[in-house]
Amino acid sequence: MSGSQPTHGYFRPMPRRQLLAAGIAGLVVISLPRRALSRPSLEEAIRIFTGGAEVLDGRVRLELPPLVENGNAVGVTVTAESPMTATDHVRRIGVFNEKNPEANVAVFHLGPRSGRAQVSTRIRLATSQTVVAVAEMSDGSFWSSRASAIVTLAACIEDLT
Amino acid sequence: MRILCGVAAIFVVLTCHIAAADGIEDEDRRSGFDFMAPETRALQSDDTSNPGMLWVLQGEQLWQQAEGQAEIACSGCHGDASRTMHGVAARYPAYDEATGRPIDLAGRINSCRATRQRAEPLAPESDALLALTTYVAHQSRGMRVMPAADPRLAPFRENGRRLFQSRIGQLDLSCASCHDDNWGKRLGGAPIPQAHPNGYPLYRLEWQAVGSLQRRLRNCMIGVRAEPFAFGAPELVDLELYLTERGSGLPIETPAVRP
Amino acid sequence: MTARALISVPKTAMRGEIVEIRAMTAHPMETGYRTGLNGTNIPRNIIRRFACTYDGEEVFSADLFPAISANPFIAFTLIATTSGTIEFVWTDDDGKTQTASADITVT
Repeated sequence: MSGSQPTHGYFRPMPRRQLLAAGIAGLVVISLPRRALSRPSLEEAIRIFTGGAEVLDGRVRLELPPLVENGNAVGVTVTAESPMTATDHVRRIGVFNEKNPEANVAVFHLGPRSGRAQVSTRIRLATSQTVVAVAEMSDGSFWSSRASAIVTLAACIEDLT
Repeated sequence: MRILCGVAAIFVVLTCHIAAADGIEDEDRRSGFDFMAPETRALQSDDTSNPGMLWVLQGEQLWQQAEGQAEIACSGCHGDASRTMHGVAARYPAYDEATGRPIDLAGRINSCRATRQRAEPLAPESDALLALTTYVAHQSRGMRVMPAADPRLAPFRENGRRLFQSRIGQLDLSCASCHDDNWGKRLGGAPIPQAHPNGYPLYRLEWQAVGSLQRRLRNCMIGVRAEPFAFGAPELVDLELYLTERGSGLPIETPAVRP
Repeated sequence: MTARALISVPKTAMRGEIVEIRAMTAHPMETGYRTGLNGTNIPRNIIRRFACTYDGEEVFSADLFPAISANPFIAFTLIATTSGTIEFVWTDDDGKTQTASADITVT
């Protein structure tokens, strides 16, 4: 993890001179946005997670700062209401985003030994967008919560290529 | 009377201007920490969440690792860093007798490698050099920046001040244009801080890693579309030296977190 | 490469108490969507899975994607059941692992 070399942002427009370049370099440039565009939508990603089951609003709280200084590390906390007993607990918590190159962020596997259904992590947000957390309960029901963040960009970034 | 008042006002404006031209008033001096969002502050303030602590941890291991032909570790000479390195970062850059120039902490570590350990120098911004520098600087966390008083440093500090105030690059901006004259205002969405050195090496969210003050200075030079000085260039060390005086009294935060 | 993982586990806890666990490891979490200085793609290299075992049983895990920040940080909770070792494993795209552990005394 050398700090010095790769300096580009997570998801950024292609530099103009690359767009102008012909041949293989050009193909790479074209293939990247296509790969990003071909990602499943937020709703599709959630459907894959739930296997098509209905997702209800509530029982889940997603905490996300509304205004983000740098999209490279955004603290999120997901809490689900559950007694977390052997017969009634949260099995999985999935976190999904709307506009990154991939819709999945993380899937957490919990159980009765978790005590509380609460996880925190730090995520990347390529741009201002919506994030959704979905909890799968041990009875097979799915509950969700969504939040939006505005990602500001620093004026003085290292990489100007 | 009116004329007198006018003259007095101009005098006040002028003296204020002269004072401001030389940096920031003592009572206005604020760490970059104060300009950050609460979430970013929280990230720095808790060692179990501060990612810079990963470099401190690595530095602690490297401190005890024998290196070079001499097969000696930093700890072989300097022992317990929490005791022997306490306060060192607060007074660096220091005067280096061997070169007759100021030397910064990373430079000192590499000079120690060459002369004591007889080992290859660590590359600028390599994880190992950053980890050792961060570990050493961390031993002074909470202490005040206290620039070295050695009079032989004066001409180099003066050169640092000159560089800080010189307009460079296609944007024709000096460091002072932003950080003396316009701190506290916003550039795009981001507040302009006062450009103090008290958190370095620090974890920058933009870098997704720990980096040195020299990396940040080069970063700024690229920002104004100037050709940056090479890592280790005397000009960068002179700038570091001036920044230490300019930020004197601020607490060392290493490893700080910045956006 | 030296081991670089920071974990936070309380040294002691009451039986049945819910304790907070924090785990962070040094890793670039390279997304595979970035280009290097010469315009070439930087290949993807991320931690794919994080798992926590307590007294030999897996009690928490996470599947991670490129949207997880560099030097991944995860905080979660566990019920303190018995004195023993809490172990952490991070597994990357190539199957390489980084491990860490901490002991907890439960009274």
